[in-house]
Order: sequence, then C-alpha cells, then structure tokens
Amino acid sequence: MSEATRLLTIQDLWIEGYQDERWYEIVCGVSLHLDRGEVLGLIGESGAGKSTIGIASMGVTTAGCRITSGSIEFDGQELFGAGEETLRKLRGTRIAYVAQSAAAAFNPAHKLKQQFAETAVQEGLMTYTQAEKRAKELFRRLDLPDPDHIGNRYPHQVSGGQLQRCMVAMAMACNPDLIVFDEPTTALDVTTQIEVLGAIKEVIEAYNMSAIYITHDLAVVAQIADRIMVLRHGEEAETNTTREIIDNPREDYTRALLSVRKRRGETVDHGHQDTILKVESVTAEYGNGIVVLDGVSTKIERGKTVSVVGESGSGKSTLARVITGLLPPIGGEVRFQGQLIPQQTKMRDKELLRRMQMIYQMADTALNPKQRVRKIVGRPLSFYFGMTGKQREERILELLDRIELGEKYIDRFPGELSGGEKQRICIARALAAEPELIICDEITSALDQLVAEGILKLLQNLQNELAVSYLFITHDLDTVKAISDEIVVMYQGKVVEQGPAQQILNPPYDPYTDLLLSSAPEMDPDWLPSVIEHRKELQKQGVNIQT
Amino acid sequence: MYQVLKLLRSAPTSAKIGMVAILINVVCAVFAPVLAPYSETQVVGDGWESVMWSTDAVKHDPPVILGTDHIGRDLFSRLTYGARNTIALALVTTALAFSVGAASGFLAAIMKGWVDMLLSRIVDILMAFPTLIFALVVLSVMGTSTTVLIFVIATLDSVRVYRISRAVAMDIEVMDYVEAAKLRGEGLWWIIKDEILPNALLPLVSEFGLRFCFVFLFISALSFLGLGLQPPTADWGSMVRENAAAISFGILTPLIPAAAIGFLTVGVNLVVDWFLRKASGIKDVK
Repeated sequence: MSEATRLLTIQDLWIEGYQDERWYEIVCGVSLHLDRGEVLGLIGESGAGKSTIGIASMGVTTAGCRITSGSIEFDGQELFGAGEETLRKLRGTRIAYVAQSAAAAFNPAHKLKQQFAETAVQEGLMTYTQAEKRAKELFRRLDLPDPDHIGNRYPHQVSGGQLQRCMVAMAMACNPDLIVFDEPTTALDVTTQIEVLGAIKEVIEAYNMSAIYITHDLAVVAQIADRIMVLRHGEEAETNTTREIIDNPREDYTRALLSVRKRRGETVDHGHQDTILKVESVTAEYGNGIVVLDGVSTKIERGKTVSVVGESGSGKSTLARVITGLLPPIGGEVRFQGQLIPQQTKMRDKELLRRMQMIYQMADTALNPKQRVRKIVGRPLSFYFGMTGKQREERILELLDRIELGEKYIDRFPGELSGGEKQRICIARALAAEPELIICDEITSALDQLVAEGILKLLQNLQNELAVSYLFITHDLDTVKAISDEIVVMYQGKVVEQGPAQQILNPPYDPYTDLLLSSAPEMDPDWLPSVIEHRKELQKQGVNIQT
Repeated sequence: MYQVLKLLRSAPTSAKIGMVAILINVVCAVFAPVLAPYSETQVVGDGWESVMWSTDAVKHDPPVILGTDHIGRDLFSRLTYGARNTIALALVTTALAFSVGAASGFLAAIMKGWVDMLLSRIVDILMAFPTLIFALVVLSVMGTSTTVLIFVIATLDSVRVYRISRAVAMDIEVMDYVEAAKLRGEGLWWIIKDEILPNALLPLVSEFGLRFCFVFLFISALSFLGLGLQPPTADWGSMVRENAAAISFGILTPLIPAAAIGFLTVGVNLVVDWFLRKASGIKDVK
C-alpha cells in the first residue's frame, strides 16, 4: 500500500477509564490502519474497547476516559493532543459518526432535513438549498420512501430502520473521508436490519468511502468489512481479511465467536405427556383499546421448551404478561394443568404462583441492587417452603452450585456480578421455587454471545435433570434453533404458525417464517446480496416487509 | 459498622466540616447540663452584660463568656440548653413527618388508583395554604404547647415528604425486581420494606437533612412571632427575638443565637449536599 492511500493510522494506542476512584486500562496498545475506500470491522464482546477505539479515531474520548499514549494520524495530521478547535473542524465534515440509537441521537424538535443541513451550513460548505438537494440525493440512494419529502418529517414520524438510514445520510452530508459506524443495526429487528445493512453497504461502495464498522456480531460485519479486527479485553486478538477470518481463524477466541450455535443434543424424555399450560384464544389489549394479542392459542408440555418468536410489537412479551396475570385478558382463558386459573396475579394462591416462575431480559433491573445473593435466592425458600437457618443456607449453596457459581457468591450484591452471573442468579431465584414452568423473556438478548451460550446450556441441563418446562420468548433465531421443541411464530398479535421445531425450521416454510428465518445474518460475505434477492421474491408473494 | 466508618472517611472535606459542625451541636445538646455553667433560667447579672473580653465577664464565677441576655441570664448556658430544645424538637418533628409522609407516599405509588387519588388530593389541599398562615391559625386555636407545635409542623412537612417519596417510589415500582416480588406473591409490607425502602433511602436521607434545617428555621420563625416554644424555655429563635432590641444599642447579643442557627444549618447542608451528590450518582473526575 502506498502512503498516499493511507487515511488513518493508529499506533500503540492506550486509553484509560475512570471508575471507582481509579483509572483502569480500557485499550492496551492497539494499532490499526485504514486506507481510502476500505472498510475495517471492529468486533468484540462488551468491554473489549471497540467503541472506545472508534471514538478515539476522531481524536476524542467519552467523558471519564483519557488517551494516555499513542498516535492517531488522520490524513497526515496527528490528532492525539491536537487542539479542540482543530478536532471540531474535522468532526462532521471529514470524519462522521453514526451511533447505535438513532432515536436518541436525533433532536425530536427539529425536522430531519434541518438536522441534516446543520453541520454543512454551519461550516460554510453549502448553502441551505444545496444541503437540501444533497439530502434528497442521499435519501434516494439510501432507499428511503418518498425521498423528496421525507426530510420534512420529524424523527418520530419515521420508523426505527428509516431513522437509522437518515442518520447514515446525515453522516454523509459533508462527504466525509471516514465514517465510524458504532453498532448501527443492533437496536433494530432482524428483518429491518437487512435494509439498513444493504443501504450502508451500497453508499459506502458508491461514494468510495472509508469506514470503521463496530459491532459484536461477526455475521453482520462480514457483510460489509474488507478487513476485520477481533478485539478482546482492549487488546487485538487477530486481524485479517474478512474471508480469512471466517474461513481460517487463527485464534481460539475468534473460533469461539464463529461457532454458530449448534442444534442441541439429545433431550431426555421424561415419559410424562401431560400439558402444563394451555392458552386458549386469548385476546388482550392495553388501556387505549389497541389489541396486542388477538386470539392466541398454544400449549406447553411438561419438560419441553416452547419458543415464542417474533419482531418487536408482535405481542410475544404481552403473552407472558397474560400468563403471569400482570395483564388480565379481555377474552379467552389460561389453564394450568387443566385448571382454569384466576386472571390476575393477586387473585392466585401461593402454590400456583410458586409453580410458575419468570426470568427477565435485564438481569440488572430484575435483581434488587440492595439485596445480597443470600436474600435474593433465599427469599423464595422461606416464602414458599418456610425454610430457615441452616436448612435454608444449605439449599442456597446447593442452588448456587447448580447454576455453576460457587459459595463465594453468597454475600455479594448484584452490583458486584457480571451480566452473565446476574442472569444465573435470576435463574437460581426461579429454581428456588421448584417451579414446573419458567417463562424466559428475552433472557439472553442483553448478553454477549459466549455468555449467552453458557446460559442456554445451563437451562438445557436443568431441564434434563428437573423436567421443568420453558416458555422461551425471543427475537433471536439462533437461540430458537438451539433450544426449541416447539415454535410459535407471532406477528402483530396473531400466531402465524406453530408446531414442532423440525417442522417450522425446515421447508416448506410459511412466507412470514421464511422472512424471519432468512433475515438472520449468516457467516458468509455473500449472504447479504442473496437475501435481498430472496426478499424481493417474498414481497411478490405478498409478505409485508416493514422497513 | 465498618462500612459506615469507611463511608465517612470517603467523604469530601466540605462534608467532614459539616459533620464536625453537627457533632459540636449534638455534644452541646446532649451534655447541656454539664457544659452550661448556669441553669437555663438563672438570672446572674444585669441585662446585656458584655462578652468575654470585657471586665464584666470575669467578675462572675464561672465567667459569662458570651455575656448575658436582656434580663441578665447567662447567654452561653441558654445557648447550650437552646441547642437541646431546638434540635430535639426538630428531630422529633422531622422523624414524624418522614414516617407519615414516606409511608403514605410509598403506599400511593404501589396501590395507585383511588388510594393514590385520595392521598394526593388531601396533600394538594394542605399544600394550598401558605405554611406560616396555616401554622399561625392552628396554633392560635389549639394553643402553643410543644405537642401541638410538633404535630402542626410535622403535618405541614409530611405533605412535602409525601410528594418526594411518591415520586421516588414510582420510579422504583416499575423495576422488574418489584414485579418479580409481586409475582412471587409478596405482600404490601414486604414490597415497601424490602424492595422499595432500601432503594429510596439515599434520596430520602438527603431530603431528611434539608427538612430538618427547615423545621428549626420554621420553629425559629414561630418563636420570633411568639408562637414557638414558650418562655422561659430557651430556644434559638426566641433568643433572637427577646434580644432583638439590643441591636439598636450596638450590642451583638442577638447575633450569637442567630449565628448558632446559621452554623447548624450550614453544617447539615454540607452533609446533605454530599448525600445528594451520591444519590444522583454524579462522579467527580479529578
């Protein structure tokens, strides 16, 4: 590579973050380079320092962090130590940044085109009319509907996927040399993600831009990046071309990230064939008369896992709220082991509540931060079984052992646990009640890939030993494939299709299920173009694809 | 206990100064009979004798280091007894206001519906009256006994505590761990005591400090109007009022109890500021 095409060179970069009255190293001596027209993918789990590096390539850090040493050279100009004025001139015009949450990044009080034009006009690069024209051009390029007028809308008047594309357009307003994408599709539904990914890929190629693409999802970055850098604990684990990383990973860590969740092994047949839970044509709505569940029926057998899958707004979490009695339905009934159960939680007796437990998506908010693990896990024991003293203590230790955490965790507060450990404590709390059904609401979606896999394995082992049933609510199709006995596909409050996992996951597909399944990114750089083709066909068949 | 010590040691300098100020006041209040050379009501000399550096002070044994008040009582003795009365009264009142206000605030946040509606409207009505007017009316009708004083101020304060605890509890009530407790079948008492209270404690403690200051300022104001603690009981507010006339003769006596009020208020506020900063989670990056 000749020096003329080199755009960004970062050498031996060290960044520290301030926490608990101490400075911690976040990035430890990372070096990278980026040529013009090249896309570099930064990938790693949370805490790997990928976002910190992305932001540092603009010469800045987030509050509470500082660059201690190293060099960041952008187009021949050293950014580390450069004055605020110099950096401000570069940001927005020559280096742009696309954040994860477009909804939080846009100012809700201004029209899209005003926000689009702001930087360009302020920096004197264009007049407002020129900026408007460029907005229309970019909106068209990014496949936004009605590109001539969409700029007149306010951020809340377009969908999440469209807003994310507007942000990409905004980043490109001044035709920058480098764009930093920080998890731009993570907050989107799988089906929406495709459009955004496709649009990003297209504009990058069309304008021959350089980009740093940050994500935790290797399959996503494989669609866009020319080269990928794998980060772990603030250090570089491996860097190579996308093909090489996927076909010939050198590091074990990369290999672990690559391993697609396998279809689970043999499940134990517990012999019982009784139905634990039966939901019959349940209809529910929120106070404002909007129907969120429309005649949903399903059932769960003992010792089996039923997955409810769908996009956001499909009503899958509402189904859990109806079953637990938090949202009484306006029609239909819920039966537990053949018995019709009261619609409201507070009308249900202790024994019924014990047999149905729930695990939440955000373990952070599901555990009381002021209670120690002993109290969190011990409370169901004393509440349901009246256990006290030594007996209770022993049972707590037994449960901690069961979730593969040791006795040293018993005196900790949730704040002293990692994300995966917190979720395990939630599982222990549910197990303490010795339930027959556990409702798992998106329990792995806030966790890193490898941690999530550990949790799923644990749940599988527990099911084999204890014959507990799971109602597993998720939007992640890899998870569904890995754990389900039965699958319920939901769309806009209705069940689209349900049946044994083998039947749902294999052809012939229901058109909507096909859309969902095909939208899950695959570890193949050629996957994106093919899936976009596939979607066009599905659209012809009459599937409504939301963008 | 060790944790509390560790917490106190981690406090910034301003909060430590505040703690020392509070400690001095508490020591004065607790050991008033030991510290005070004379009794609360004993007349030891002429009115408004000068302070320690003049010859007047040393002609007494023990000396009247801060001089005497308008009828010749030792000001230092009255100040220590005043600390006892003022602080004790403020503490009892604030504690009462918090038990009632926080309990009903939590209840309204959890029960919602008509309970919330009823409690909030009662609070609205109470808040509609200017506090001083309300206190004046009730005290002139019911008489100015200490019990009535405590109840009137506690009632007035509890409505403000109610507002805050309701708001804090509503934020906590939507957390998944409260939902998990409800799904477990826990009763109201457990949810208030074990799920909500520990998480609402920090903002409430800082509010407690502020309210505490307001109470003794309010008692001072009432004493100033003659409706607070009745003479000859010493409290700082009435001491300012009784000696107010001295200021026109250039005698500093009324400023001394006023300074005591200021000293404790600033001390409590320094500590409260520290708590508020901790409660809001703002980190000071050096």
